[in-house]
Amino acid sequence: MLRFILGKLGDLVPTLIGISILSFVLVRFVPGDPVMLLLGERGADPAVYAQMKKDMGLDLPVWRQYINFATDAAQGDLGTSIISKRPVVKEFFDRFPATLELGVVALLFAIIIGIPLGIIAAVKRNSFYDYFLMGGSLLGYSMPIFWWGLVLILIFSVQLGWTPVSGRMSVMFYIEPWTGFMLIDTLTSEVRELDGLAPFWSALSHLILPAVAMGTIPLAVIARMTRSSMLEVLGEDYIRTAKAKGLSRYRTVAVHALRNALIPIVTIVGLMFGSIITGAILTETIFSWPGIGRWLVASINARDYPVIQGGVLFIATMIVIINVLVDLAYAVVNPKMRG
Amino acid sequence: MSEVAMTPIQDEHVPDSFLREFWNHFKPNKGAVVGLALIIAFVIIAILAPLLAPYDPTLLQDNALRLPPIWAEAGTWSYPLGTDDVGRDILSRLIHGARISMGIGFAVVILSLSMGLFLGIFAGYYGGKVDRLIMRFIDIVMAFPSILLAITVVSVMGPGISNAIIAVAIVAVPNFTRIVRASVMAERKKQYVMASKTFGASDLRIMFNEILPNCLAPLIVQATLGFSDGILNAAALGFLGLGAQPPTPEWGTMLADSRPFIESSPWMVTLPGLCILFSVLGFNLFGDGLRDALDPRLKK
Repeated sequence: MLRFILGKLGDLVPTLIGISILSFVLVRFVPGDPVMLLLGERGADPAVYAQMKKDMGLDLPVWRQYINFATDAAQGDLGTSIISKRPVVKEFFDRFPATLELGVVALLFAIIIGIPLGIIAAVKRNSFYDYFLMGGSLLGYSMPIFWWGLVLILIFSVQLGWTPVSGRMSVMFYIEPWTGFMLIDTLTSEVRELDGLAPFWSALSHLILPAVAMGTIPLAVIARMTRSSMLEVLGEDYIRTAKAKGLSRYRTVAVHALRNALIPIVTIVGLMFGSIITGAILTETIFSWPGIGRWLVASINARDYPVIQGGVLFIATMIVIINVLVDLAYAVVNPKMRG
Repeated sequence: MSEVAMTPIQDEHVPDSFLREFWNHFKPNKGAVVGLALIIAFVIIAILAPLLAPYDPTLLQDNALRLPPIWAEAGTWSYPLGTDDVGRDILSRLIHGARISMGIGFAVVILSLSMGLFLGIFAGYYGGKVDRLIMRFIDIVMAFPSILLAITVVSVMGPGISNAIIAVAIVAVPNFTRIVRASVMAERKKQYVMASKTFGASDLRIMFNEILPNCLAPLIVQATLGFSDGILNAAALGFLGLGAQPPTPEWGTMLADSRPFIESSPWMVTLPGLCILFSVLGFNLFGDGLRDALDPRLKK
């Protein structure tokens, strides 16, 4: 087991080096001169220009620049944003809680609805329910979420007026960040003494539509995965034994089958982090959600190259590490995988 | 009937019996047949776009700004799906959009399939160091969320349809590589490969002439699903302003342009999205049906 863990962690090193090279190289080729971008008008003076270029380390050979970038990154320094003049890491963590909150709520929505639907489809295999649910899940899986978000806004914000169109919080309230999760920070005693539950409901109503938009594809994936995983388990001998023992159908399905069917589902959910970020980029753009997705799109449009480089590297690193953790967790649960 | 009775006597490698067998497995899957019908419809629309479209998709008409579609009260038959904010006929734009999206899907699949095929076949056939090197590269590409990688690539190369196609194709390469590699690895130890080796066939010949034809089934399924991913991702890039540029009638770009009018002219937003949804759905339904029909493990 220890060898397996060390092997997995050993594989991580070249992958991380590759990721840092790729994000460095990609951004090197972004058109536009970062020195001019930073200096603006003042860059016209050749002396100022040369000094700035030197300060930024851009006069060094490319491989030296990469070494500097990689050593800084390893120490948690991803450079400074050209637009805001603040450290990229700080900017990232200012926005990360918003994306995390949205992602967690979207995944919860997908899990709470997706797993029961998948179970129903599996138990009622080849029935009308099964075809209906699996057809619906394929529809959800095919959904262009940038359009789906707009349709939700059109129905629930424009036509029915139930939810706000965009943003994270009504401007009427100021919430001191504590956990960074609005749903939690609006429930602290100070906030409740001042405004009651109104800020909480505001946060929730802002969150619902983007979470549904972002959770739709994971919901479809989870429902399909649950169905096929349940079908596999329901054919196993121990299920027949459970039935033969005279256990109720509910107990057989909910306890014996589901517990075993959950392993691949948990793995799929764990590996969804990457697609959550993809979802965040589109969802946050539509709903003006102040998270890292919208920040990255804005940085790409503004050619804020330390942010693109740092943000991309940071996200890719997180994804790789999470994937390894999922692999390890899977190996702990399922010894057959350790081979 | 007589043909069916003949089948066992015929050589088992007769191609049309394979097709018939495939169709027999495929036909009961109503979803897959619907998917195939959707694909055929979109392809026909794409091919015949200039004949079917009542207007030039980029024709501006000052006297017809944001006219509603026919099911609304003020709708007219001259513009069945209404017009947009500069008076272009939406039906014509959607029809030409089919041409663009099908073209993008096709280009993305060809590009990513050929790159993935080469990487996968070499990794799977040679194994060892070659395999480790290629798969490490694939792991690295897969660490980047697809849209994030695509928008970074486009921001490097500049927005536009062809750059969007390249970006979306790069993102899809890992899927093809992994599938080809897995099936090549399953095939390479089989006896027919050993036999060709003893006859002195070159590695390239064994890889592409002997092994590849036996790995086609999963590859065809992935190519179908690659179509839907390609259309979806390219539309997302168009929506973010990084794909096709206005006035190109690309569905994602049309969506982005119509966002400011979501309250006053909702049809401008809903119609292009429905086209994206149904074209993607068609390929997903068809790909699912193909997988079930071609994968022997799922056959009853």
